Amino acid sequence: MFLALRELRFARSRFALMAAVVALIAVLMVLLSGLSSGLVNDGVSGLRRLPVTAFAFADGTRADGAFSRSVIDSGQVEAWRGQPGVEAAEPFGNTLVNAHSGAGAPIDLALFGVRPGSFLDPVPAGGTRLGGEDGIVVSSTLLDAGLRLGDTVTVDRLGVELTVVGATADQRTFGHVDVAYLPLDTWRRIHNAADGEATAVAIKARAGAAPDLAAGDAAAGTTSMTLADAFATSPGYTAETSTLTLIQVFLYAISALVVGAFFTVWTIHRTHELAVLRAIGASRAYLLRDGLAQALLILVAACGTGVLAGVGVGALVADGDVPFALETPAVLTAAGLLITLGLLGAATAIVRIAAVNPLAALGAQR
Amino acid sequence: MTLDTTTRTGLHLAGVTLRLGDGDDTVTALDEVSLTVAPGELVAVVGPSGAGKSSLLAVAGGLTVPDEGSNTVDGNDLAAMKPAARTAYRRQHIGFVFQSGNLIPALTAIDQLRLIHHLHRRRAEPREAEQRLADVGMAGKAHRRPHQLSGGERQRVGIARALMGGPSLLLADEPTAALDRARSHEVVELLARETRRAGVATVMVTHDTDVLRHCDRVVEMVDGKLSG
Ligand SMILES: Nc1ncnc2c1ncn2[C@@H]1O[C@H](COP(=O)(O)OP(=O)(O)OP(=O)(O)O)[C@@H](O)[C@H]1O
Ligand SMILES: [Mg+2]
Repeated sequence: MFLALRELRFARSRFALMAAVVALIAVLMVLLSGLSSGLVNDGVSGLRRLPVTAFAFADGTRADGAFSRSVIDSGQVEAWRGQPGVEAAEPFGNTLVNAHSGAGAPIDLALFGVRPGSFLDPVPAGGTRLGGEDGIVVSSTLLDAGLRLGDTVTVDRLGVELTVVGATADQRTFGHVDVAYLPLDTWRRIHNAADGEATAVAIKARAGAAPDLAAGDAAAGTTSMTLADAFATSPGYTAETSTLTLIQVFLYAISALVVGAFFTVWTIHRTHELAVLRAIGASRAYLLRDGLAQALLILVAACGTGVLAGVGVGALVADGDVPFALETPAVLTAAGLLITLGLLGAATAIVRIAAVNPLAALGAQR
Repeated sequence: MTLDTTTRTGLHLAGVTLRLGDGDDTVTALDEVSLTVAPGELVAVVGPSGAGKSSLLAVAGGLTVPDEGSNTVDGNDLAAMKPAARTAYRRQHIGFVFQSGNLIPALTAIDQLRLIHHLHRRRAEPREAEQRLADVGMAGKAHRRPHQLSGGERQRVGIARALMGGPSLLLADEPTAALDRARSHEVVELLARETRRAGVATVMVTHDTDVLRHCDRVVEMVDGKLSG
């Protein structure tokens, strides 16, 4: 690194320019990662926190909007209960409703109808569990929005009054709407469903077992999907995540190209100097190692600065209404990828060093 | 491979032929050239442009391998070595002085010399760089970068760099091309002095007939052939 460090210092303004671009991309990466995690949380945290292995929907239900279209009956739930590897199968009701708080403020709710006492019945962090006919356990985000334990929420048009009896410790949202758990019977009344009907069968696998979903579907006449696959049922989920992923992929590519282009120009600029170095006895390996170390150094510095700045900006953004959640693994992955791809871009340029002919050092300076 | 560093025998080129280019466009840059340079001897190579002077240095220094003939330095046949071994041999036993110094722009004068230590990886004499820089009268400008030095000063640093590690063979390609008359004399005098003091076999290519009086011997190259 003898040479690498001294060249960094000597050509610092040029390196700083490229590092600034990479740092800005790193800032954008962190913000996108936060937005992405935030949107995913907003879209599917309600599903993700259910202790469910898979959902079985009415036969032939497509993934998008499955929770709004599917209807299953108690026979199908029973059929799933009998499947090998299944610890529990429960009817699960899902409806999006508009409601008003006692103070008249509009509230959108994703109603999760569950049988009290079943494995789906949530344990609230504050208040009591589901019990009474009109009691609901709500996502913590509703408390942040001003709702209190004991408040009454009235479902629009039907006029059904629900009382907040408990709240979860964490965010539980589905399709960007706050979740309210309620007894399955109350859900049926609101959803106008017949006795025994529900939206889907919630399946919980025995510890260590992986139930055969295809066999279960054949037996119960359902279409099942794992919990992760069911994320796609959240309204807008697929479009949002694929848009963000696309933007991120483009940013990675741009960053790798910027770094690659910089080091291409830099290496060509150094051709004569490299020929001299080879002539006076520097091995290819020495020069390659030196060049890569230089690229790694500048990438780590630029990404480090960018990530720190991004986390700072993110902290400001997160206070607002934007769905934003900085998750350490996601941020570290983004930084790691930026560095790795940047290094790859730099490497494609730096390999030119191997081709430099020491003969070029003789004669006139080109 | 064991290298004999106790007995120096200098440079021996015997029947060296080098063809450059490919296909119909081949040029015989060196045509059965033989040359012997003893340790402590400064040999000047003169001749018209395109005669093959740089090619001669390239073969002598192991930058390229001749098509025919042999090239030995202190009894070690450079053409027979694998490329990596040749690079290592250059590093350890051959010094180059190029036209206009060809110093690394990012490095200060002293770092140009310390870089050689770095390439060697094994620790050499710790004060060698400082000493060599002082030997060429550049101790006072050790921390200047090439663009802050005059052409003559750059060549002095270039010579000090070439002498790092005590080479057996010193090759200089038009070291005075970018210098005025007075500076040229200083630089060649320095080369001659160091050649004798360190017992190095030195070959200097030059267009500058003025400086030939500092040399022990002058050979002329015309169309790839040597006449002395
Ligand atoms: N890479 C190359 N490919 C083909 N021919 C080459 C190459 N390098 C040099 N030559 C040719 O080889 C011959 C000798 O070139 P060389 O550079 O050794 O001459 P020189 O005596 O050093 O000339 P000058 O005084 O101009 O530096 C010339 O005819 C030149 O055109
Ligand atoms: Mg030449």
